[in-house]
Order: sequence, then structure tokens, then C-alpha cells
Amino acid sequence: MDNDDDQVVKKFMYMNRKAPYGTIYALESLEVVLIAAAFDQDVSLVFADDGVYQLTNSQSTDDIGMKNFSPTYSALGDYDIKKIYIEKESLDERGLTLEDLQALTYEDEDDDWAEKDSIHLVSREELAEVIDQQDVVFSF
Amino acid sequence: MAIEVDGQSYETDEEGYLADLNQWRPELATAMAIADGAPLEEHHWEVINFLREYYEEYQIAPAVRVLTKAIGKKLGKDKGNSKYLYELFPYGPAKQACKYAGLPKPTGCV
Amino acid sequence: MSMLHTVNKSPFERNALESCIRLAKAGSSVLLMEDGVIAAMQGTKYSQSMAEAMANISFYVLGPDLKARGLSEGNVVEGVKVVDYNGFVDLTVAHDSVQSWL
Repeated sequence: MDNDDDQVVKKFMYMNRKAPYGTIYALESLEVVLIAAAFDQDVSLVFADDGVYQLTNSQSTDDIGMKNFSPTYSALGDYDIKKIYIEKESLDERGLTLEDLQALTYEDEDDDWAEKDSIHLVSREELAEVIDQQDVVFSF
Repeated sequence: MAIEVDGQSYETDEEGYLADLNQWRPELATAMAIADGAPLEEHHWEVINFLREYYEEYQIAPAVRVLTKAIGKKLGKDKGNSKYLYELFPYGPAKQACKYAGLPKPTGCV
Repeated sequence: MSMLHTVNKSPFERNALESCIRLAKAGSSVLLMEDGVIAAMQGTKYSQSMAEAMANISFYVLGPDLKARGLSEGNVVEGVKVVDYNGFVDLTVAHDSVQSWL
């Protein structure tokens, strides 16, 4: 990320805790994240509780007449969003594993554009630690 | 609002963006560009086609910054800068090119 | 008198399903829809209470809402029947009344 020396970079976290489609939260969060990505801050996303359902593989919304926005998550790397935390306990409680979720990557500018994993599977304890380090947490 | 091409009418919003992106045809882009007074050339089409592919894959129109970087990677460094893209699309590469490509206005554009 | 209960909230978010199961009479039906479909899945911490409730209640789940959330029809708790919108209409017709748990 290119930042002027005198620019203050804050740690912004987007906390996603709702399943997609039943409510508007998941889509709203995604739109805010994409808009705010223009401000060159230190951004991370969390998927916890029912939020983990936002990243499930093979979503198909044809029959409910809504737009399937799950492909947009794979554009997050293009928007320099490289830190995506998934709470392991939330997956466990739902009988899910990382295999059930889409892979998200970014290309590392400083490493000859090598493709790297954006997803960090973290325990509840580790997540609490990351949340504690944030300047701002947006809740969706 | 609507745009007429080959005797057929296509619905648009008040800013001229196509209402239904499935209705898009290259002839629509051509007609929109002529109406704006700057006919499309090959270099415009590279960007328009790129935007359509991007939308197809990610279901969004990319922000200018993302578009610039991606164009540079795909079409070469000399094209991956905002000067080049603004010369092609003086009303703003994201806004104008997206309109021609039949895509919704990019998220975050006012 | 048979009643069709519909639940559209995730069991992880609200206690709508829990209340519904507690108050639904034996012989009635429950249709899980929207975020409520999450309760139909195997391997969640609610799968066990679903299986137990099934002794007295028939469970249905709306397939289009499963598909939208990337949840496989093959992974629903055994005994839960997957229906489409026509099936939803049929269920409505087959019961005397419909109760939505919001």
C-alpha cells in the first residue's frame, strides 16, 4: 500500500456476523468495504457466527431472484484487502470446515505478484486479540 | 430514459446506464459513444471488453484504481495508468467505460 | 386442526425455532425458510434438537434458500424434506392455518 509519510493509517475492521440473503447486512458490508478500500487504510475482515455462511462455495441464487454477490469476495485481493479472519469455533458449531468456503487470495506486489492466501483461520482467543488491536470496528 | 439502436429501444437510467445488462450488444456501446461525440476505436474496446470480463467474473465494476492496475497487468504497463485511461474516456474511465460496457455505475462513484 | 409453522431466522441468531418447537403441537409441520434453513443442516449444534423434535413434528426446508446459501440438499438432517415454492404452496393448502415465527 502506498501511503504518504504524513498520513495516519488506522486499523479498520469489518465484522461480518450474519448469513447472506436473509438480511441486507452481508451485501451492505461488502459494498462499504469496497468503497472504503479507496482510503488506503489497514483493513481487515472478520467472518464469525453466521457470517461464515457468506463465504460458502457454490451459492446459487437463481431460484430466489436475488443477485449472487459471493463472486465479489474474490475481488477483495484486487482492492488490497489481504487480511480475512475466520473464526474456527463458528465453523465448528455449524459443521463447516474451510473446505466448504471459497479460497480468497491476493497478489503480493513486493514478491513478484506471487498469489498468497488472504484467509486466516483463527481461534476465538486469537480473534479477540486481533479485535483488541483495532482502531475502529464496523459491525454488520 | 431509453436509447434507440437499429429500431429497438433499450431502457436506461437517468444517466444513460443500461437498465438490463443482459440486453447489452456492441452496437449499443457504439451508439452511446457517437452520442457523446467520440466514436470508439480499438483501444476503447480493449477497456470495454476488459470491464465486461471483470464484471462477469466478480459481479462488480472495478474502482478506477483497481481497473488501472488490472489493465496494466493485462494490456501492458504503458496502458496501466490513469493518464492513458482518462485520455480514452475523458468523463472518467470507470464511469464512462462502464456505461458503454452496459455495466452499472461502479460502487463508490457519485 | 393441523398447523404449518414457518421459521425464517437462523437458530444461531434468534430463538424462533426453539420457541416454535416448544409450542408446536404434535402432528404439526414446520417449514424452514430464508436464514431458517441453517437449522436443517447436519453437523450444527442444533442438529440434535432437530432430530429429537422430529419425533412429533414434520420438518420441511425450502430448497431455493438452501441453494442460495451454498448449502447442499444432501446434507440436511435425515427426515427433513426439501420442497420448492410449489411444495410451499401445497403445504399451505394441506394445513388449516399458517403460523409465522418471526
